[in-house]
Amino acid sequence: MADFLINTVGLPEWLAWGITAGVAAALILNVIAGGALVFIWAERKIAARIQDRLGPTRTGGRFGWLQSLADGIKLLAKEDLMPEGADGMLFQLAPYVSFCASFCAFIALPFAFDFVGQRLNVGVFFVVAVLGLEVFGVILAGYASASKWSLFGAMREAAQVVSYEVPLGMCVVVPVMLAGSMDLVTIAEKQAGWGINWYLFHDPFTFVIFWVYVTCAVASVNRAPFDLAEAESELVAGFHTEYSGLRWSFFFMAEYGSMFLVSALAALLFMGGWNGPIPVAELLGLSEGTGDTANYFVRLIGCFNLMGKATLGVLVMMWVRWTLPRLRIDQVMTTCLKYCTPIAAAMFAGAMFWQLALPGGVMRGISRPAGEIREGWLEGPGGRAAPRGATVPAAVVPSKKLAQVQP
Amino acid sequence: MNPLNPMHAPSALAGLFAVNLMSDPVSVTHYLVVGAIMFTAGIVCMAVKRNALGVLMGIELVLNGANVNFVAFSSPYLQGEQTASIGLDGQAIALFVILLAAAEAAVALAITLNFYNNHSTVDIDQADGLKG
Amino acid sequence: MLAVINWHSILFLVFAGLACAFAVAVVVADNIVRMAFYLVLALGSTAGLFFLAGAEFIGAMQLMIYVGGTLVLLVFGVMLTAQAPFISIKTSTNDRVLAGVVGAALLAVLLQAAFSVEAWRRPGVGQVANPSATPLGMALLGVRVDDPPAGTSPSLVRSGYLLPFEIVSVHLLVVLVGAAYLARAKRRRTPRGIETADVAASGGSR
Repeated sequence: MADFLINTVGLPEWLAWGITAGVAAALILNVIAGGALVFIWAERKIAARIQDRLGPTRTGGRFGWLQSLADGIKLLAKEDLMPEGADGMLFQLAPYVSFCASFCAFIALPFAFDFVGQRLNVGVFFVVAVLGLEVFGVILAGYASASKWSLFGAMREAAQVVSYEVPLGMCVVVPVMLAGSMDLVTIAEKQAGWGINWYLFHDPFTFVIFWVYVTCAVASVNRAPFDLAEAESELVAGFHTEYSGLRWSFFFMAEYGSMFLVSALAALLFMGGWNGPIPVAELLGLSEGTGDTANYFVRLIGCFNLMGKATLGVLVMMWVRWTLPRLRIDQVMTTCLKYCTPIAAAMFAGAMFWQLALPGGVMRGISRPAGEIREGWLEGPGGRAAPRGATVPAAVVPSKKLAQVQP
Repeated sequence: MNPLNPMHAPSALAGLFAVNLMSDPVSVTHYLVVGAIMFTAGIVCMAVKRNALGVLMGIELVLNGANVNFVAFSSPYLQGEQTASIGLDGQAIALFVILLAAAEAAVALAITLNFYNNHSTVDIDQADGLKG
Repeated sequence: MLAVINWHSILFLVFAGLACAFAVAVVVADNIVRMAFYLVLALGSTAGLFFLAGAEFIGAMQLMIYVGGTLVLLVFGVMLTAQAPFISIKTSTNDRVLAGVVGAALLAVLLQAAFSVEAWRRPGVGQVANPSATPLGMALLGVRVDDPPAGTSPSLVRSGYLLPFEIVSVHLLVVLVGAAYLARAKRRRTPRGIETADVAASGGSR
């Protein structure tokens, strides 16, 4: 878009980049905020139906469509309280720290082939790293509230998030290993085509790793059954007990943003990202390179595909929340250290050996030589994955002459 | 102008005020200034704070200042064509510094917690049991 | 003000300003929790500086390990060693003045060294190809695939980093075991907590 602004409209370069960055940031903000609106309504409806009642039915018609809007207006109009012994500056800054961490991780998240804030070569690493920074907002909120409930909730949540980063990192490394790159766009592009190309079906180890990833992701964003930090029946409201109004809503936008983020990450890493179970674009005859409008349409389909998968993930998280009972803190730690981490490590080793033997996966790998898969790992300086349908030269000998392969 | 020669120091300092960093594009010198400020802040923090964790924070700042220098020297964007940047070596060194700083912070924190368990304070001036 | 007004310079100024300001704030602040918070912001801004210099992997590493690991550990330590309402332990004025003078002298020496080499003040080639983490990963496996820097002799052998990588891995394992052992919960046979509180109270008047 910046090129368009520079070349066609004739703006100076710095202004064009500034406008492009501003538009990208505004779009991401809309995804988070709009998503939060929809998810809050969905949560209340799903919770209600699982508990055999109806949920919001009055605001805005039979299904309570405008309930989220009414909630937002109520939160904006609430009085801004601060407890007496609270550390003023830290109390006020804590929700924004949490929200910034959640928002920054969206920078590297691609929604379609070219719909990405910044295409980072270390995209996966960056997203996981920034997700881990959300814990600071929680700790600061817990400390600065000058209340023992807040401090307990904050410390528990910090211990939980930090512990679950270890198996989360190991689960995330498996698709990186299969794709040969940490670039999220590349990982999703390698799963192009029909649904059997997804890394979920690549080998049984990756299938198990996906479920471990789901567990760790749910624990990372502090959703039930791992939600002791906000345990309503135990700690009043945990670390955000003393927060009300707009500050509380920032915490919750951060939480719903993170839920959407980890679901989108699961979709990108394991379920093909914007490449659906059915390659709609190819079936319709619109492939890359048939003109700008067709390109844009293909990417738009991909974007809706990815958002649909991420929304499905969020809905499953809500379903699990209202179905399973809450885990105690010692059970949470046991699950992490005694179950998730060893299983993740064992599956990682298994996936590694599978990749050495059958790199193409169960469905396509038995006939393809290992060298053909690995040739795509060292990509050119442009960093773009090979376009679909390109033939791969077979005369590539890996592992003995690595030094001669050009990065 | 040899910076190590004390006779040249006053003219070097005059040159320091004459050059205006703000009018040049970003180069290695900019990063070195940032690194120097962080390093000095870390040293002063280590010297001034009596809380053991405050000293630990000073150590983190010192290591970070050094990392900024390494990354600046390794960057192909910031070097002119005539100088040889250290390229990948700078990034590798910065990587190892980060890892070792994490290890050292863990051990220092374990020692501090042990001290706190025994003396109920983290004031390092109270750690004089071995004083002669 | 800047000869080259582009986002690179502006973002550099923003990140560098934040990093320096929060580093100084760590020194000046009294409350230990606020010091930790300022340190988080300083190290986060430094990660931004790393991204601007093209070292994306190091920037992400800084965020994940340094900020998201080491500093969380530090904040846990602050919370665990909290004394009743976070009393600020103040140093005497003499010590602070002396430290300030020494710090200023060190800063002057470092700045003079930074400005002394003319070649460091010329900027580089600007926006190059997308930085990639592949050369760094290959180097850690012992194979150097990056181009040698300009001006190095062709016969120079550049080593891989496989041995330091392995050493650091074992080092981290040793640190993990050692720190867990050092910080284990010990059973107290005598109520020493009361005794040492008295000692600390009487010794604190020195």
